[in-house]
Amino acid sequence: MQTISLARPQLLNAIWAMHDVKGFLDDNDIAQLSTLFGVSAVEIEGVVSFYHFFHRKPSGKHTIYLNNSIVSEFSGYEEVKRAFEKETGATIGKVDPTGTFGFYETSCIGLSDQEPAALVDFCPMTELTPQKVKTIVSKLKTGSTPLSICDEPKNNIRYTPGERAFILKDYVPGAALQKLKDLEPMEVIQQIKDAGLMGMGGAFFPTGIKWEGCRKNASNRKFVVCNADEGEPGTFKDRVLLNTMPGLVIEGMALGAYSVGASEGIIYLRAEYRWLKEKIEQTLEDFREKGWLGDHIKAKQPFSFDIRVQLGAGAYVCGEETALLNSLEGKRGEPRTRRYFPIERGYLSKPTLVNNVETFATAARILESGPARMRELGTKDSPGTKLISISGDCAKPGIYEIEWGMHLSELLTLCEANDPYYVQVSGPSGTAVSMKERNRRLCKEDLLCGGSFMVFNKSRDLLQILLNFNNFFKHESCGICTPCRAGNFILNRKLEKLELGLCSLRDLVEIEDWGATIKQNSRCGLGQMSPNSIIDAIHKFPEYFDCRVDKSGSRLSHGFDMERAVREYEEAVEA
Amino acid sequence: MSHPITITIDGKEVQVEDGTLLINAIREAGVDVPSLCYYEHIDPPLGTCRVCTVEVNGRHQASCTTLARNGMSVVVHDDPTLHDTRKAMVEMLFAEGNHFCPACEKSGDCDLQGMGYDLGVQMSRFPHLFVDRIIDYNPKRMVIEHNRCIRCRRCVDEVLTDDGKRVFSFAHRGNDTEVAIDYDQEAKLTEEQAVRAMHICPTGSILVRGKSLARPFGERKYDIDGAHAGGNVPMEKMFAPKVGNGEKKVIATVSLAGCFGCHMSMLDLDMGILDLVDLVEFNKSPLTDIKEFTKRVDIGLIEGGCCNSENVHVLREFRRKCDILVSVGECSIWGGLPAMRNMVPLRECLEEAYLHSFTSENEAAIIPHHEDIPKILDKVYACSEVVDIDYYIPGCPPSANHIWKMVKNILFGAEYSVVYPEFKYD
Repeated sequence: MQTISLARPQLLNAIWAMHDVKGFLDDNDIAQLSTLFGVSAVEIEGVVSFYHFFHRKPSGKHTIYLNNSIVSEFSGYEEVKRAFEKETGATIGKVDPTGTFGFYETSCIGLSDQEPAALVDFCPMTELTPQKVKTIVSKLKTGSTPLSICDEPKNNIRYTPGERAFILKDYVPGAALQKLKDLEPMEVIQQIKDAGLMGMGGAFFPTGIKWEGCRKNASNRKFVVCNADEGEPGTFKDRVLLNTMPGLVIEGMALGAYSVGASEGIIYLRAEYRWLKEKIEQTLEDFREKGWLGDHIKAKQPFSFDIRVQLGAGAYVCGEETALLNSLEGKRGEPRTRRYFPIERGYLSKPTLVNNVETFATAARILESGPARMRELGTKDSPGTKLISISGDCAKPGIYEIEWGMHLSELLTLCEANDPYYVQVSGPSGTAVSMKERNRRLCKEDLLCGGSFMVFNKSRDLLQILLNFNNFFKHESCGICTPCRAGNFILNRKLEKLELGLCSLRDLVEIEDWGATIKQNSRCGLGQMSPNSIIDAIHKFPEYFDCRVDKSGSRLSHGFDMERAVREYEEAVEA
Repeated sequence: MSHPITITIDGKEVQVEDGTLLINAIREAGVDVPSLCYYEHIDPPLGTCRVCTVEVNGRHQASCTTLARNGMSVVVHDDPTLHDTRKAMVEMLFAEGNHFCPACEKSGDCDLQGMGYDLGVQMSRFPHLFVDRIIDYNPKRMVIEHNRCIRCRRCVDEVLTDDGKRVFSFAHRGNDTEVAIDYDQEAKLTEEQAVRAMHICPTGSILVRGKSLARPFGERKYDIDGAHAGGNVPMEKMFAPKVGNGEKKVIATVSLAGCFGCHMSMLDLDMGILDLVDLVEFNKSPLTDIKEFTKRVDIGLIEGGCCNSENVHVLREFRRKCDILVSVGECSIWGGLPAMRNMVPLRECLEEAYLHSFTSENEAAIIPHHEDIPKILDKVYACSEVVDIDYYIPGCPPSANHIWKMVKNILFGAEYSVVYPEFKYD
């Protein structure tokens, strides 16, 4: 019999601990983990290979991750990439011959307001230019630590509605927690319900109902999980919240714990935000010192609650709550089947309350300012305000706290959008919006926005945007269900064909049909949303697609390009 | 029943136990619903392949991961688009992997192939991806054929060593997701356990050395009990017949990148050919040895895909001269066996064949090229990737009856129905 000395949920941390030592795991590490956790080596390999920040080969003394999101692409990604390659001697995806630099691309790192941006040993480097890259690399070569030369990312809070600001106003630590002295758990839930709070991560599920449901599921152990895996390209509001007022988020979690009867909390922080970990942990420590976390927290019914931070390891899909729970349990971040909701069986099969960073922050504000105040703001179906992360072709990228109900055109004016042509609302999995829709309103009654708001002007190539989104999903799909894994790959081939100018009208119809198949049949939200932008774009930008497809109706040449097809042979015989 | 509840399946009310898996409730009610990854012992069910998708209260859901609840309204067959959806999932799996059934040990015993027959899959609507995958000969008892893996996950959850360790795990993610095997754990399996793993695999991805061909062809699972064995295969589309006006119809045939097997199959009609020649005449065809078209043709039958520039020219000529074009056989439909080279860059193929093979002499070896020799294409193309194709007759080869029934249907409006042995072709 082998002794199992570590519980499975500690696997991610154990991998991180080993990985931090030399930047990768070797076969011995895998074998050691396999013994420690009492599972076969292949199971460890399965977990390690799921997360893209874990390497099985050396990843350099310094590991550089350059963001490849579309906003980065449009802000000079290529030049910066070339500069890194030139200065470090490492081509993308590889380590330089001396083993000093590993250079990789990665999905959005939550710095879309200061692109191109990269992480060097998880320290943020923003607004990169070839010149800046040169400086950074030469300093690293001469022994500076990334921490000593990295940037302090700007918060870029560009707009709040003045007196009507609900989230981004002065924060008095403990203000929300103090209210608990007079409130029963159910009364807290009632306030959340009265305020009409919805999940701000993008699903917009009524928060009060979730809290009440979790409360009702009797269990000796319950958990509160804060989803800080903000991975939707173009969104960075949670980054700013955690950077400016982590305490507010923690208070929100404590309210949740009090309401549902949980005593353990976890903040699942994406590895891209590792640079925020220390700040959050310091805040937790302050809270403990003040008696706001730990045993016997003051409230009408005193309660115990503490929080730890769990670092992710690079996987967009872990923002899906059941994938996140699997990841917390030290498994591959594959979404679970919808047999049980997390409030029924969540982390370790116990009732678990999972909410987004902004949801917890707003919940704390509701207790502080009262549900009536929130109802005065926003629209009937979506009361209150929302943090929007604006990036792309505008003079003022950053965070905008808007009242629900704001017109798109107003927001575009506020951010000084430069000749907008296309806006991607809620990120690649959201909605493509054309300027014909500029009078639409951001609210539940019309157009919801989870946080990402990317503006593109006419000089941008629509297909380049769609291909970037599609590559993102192709790479970030957990790979477990057929339509999402295979479907997005198949759509990728179609978009490449479109790029080559070999598509006919029939191909566009097929893209829509196949996209609908992926949407309807995928297992989780990632797959269900993945073809949205492509389908929307085909509908909303006919002028763009019209001149890129063959409309002759010829039956003789169905997208076949002879010159291209024989090129490889001709090159081979010439050689 | 302790908690009987009522659900509606295709408009019919049935009583089931509360919380029964929907897929079981549907099957208990005598309604067919296909599935691939679903394996009764695995709890919770995997829900990976999505082939058992049905409509529940207006939304598509995999019936294997849904629990029956009182008042649920379930549609399985009443909406024909659902059949098409399930078919699309199977077609996606065919397009994603490299499934060369005629070269597969599991042919006839393969659940994916059987599902193709059951659902009447004639071709994959999706382009084949042809991703290069490996065949792993390292395990002690097994050979892992990654080309055929559909990532159903059955082996991951079900194949354990005696001390409870997993032998398989998913690795990587996205379109790179694959099933990885633990050699050490695999070596601990008994032969019996290994053979069980092979049987759990719904395709020919897990093979056990010396055991993979144990069951002879003709006695395999889908030789005997396909869902439609003894009946007709459901074809979703009847053809639009070309109006028959009593005249003899004209047929042309050609074999492009094929093996002439489909032509041989056409001849298998035996005496039936005598009836056929009363109704039709052949123009350009290897059967008549007429080299050039001499008149307009009603129907062109294309065997083989396009592997070189000449194939493309001939195919386009057929498209110009024929009113209707039919892809006959797998090679024509998606590339078939010649497309085995599609996973390897052309230059590597050419160098391996002409420069580095055992029989090539070092100094004299060249890659053949001459203005009279057709140029090799970068990959083998399906005919439908080059010109418009009107109909598809699947098979390797398709049976003679299938080919001629379809041709007669198109040309004369004759009744078209294909029975299971005519459609099944392994």
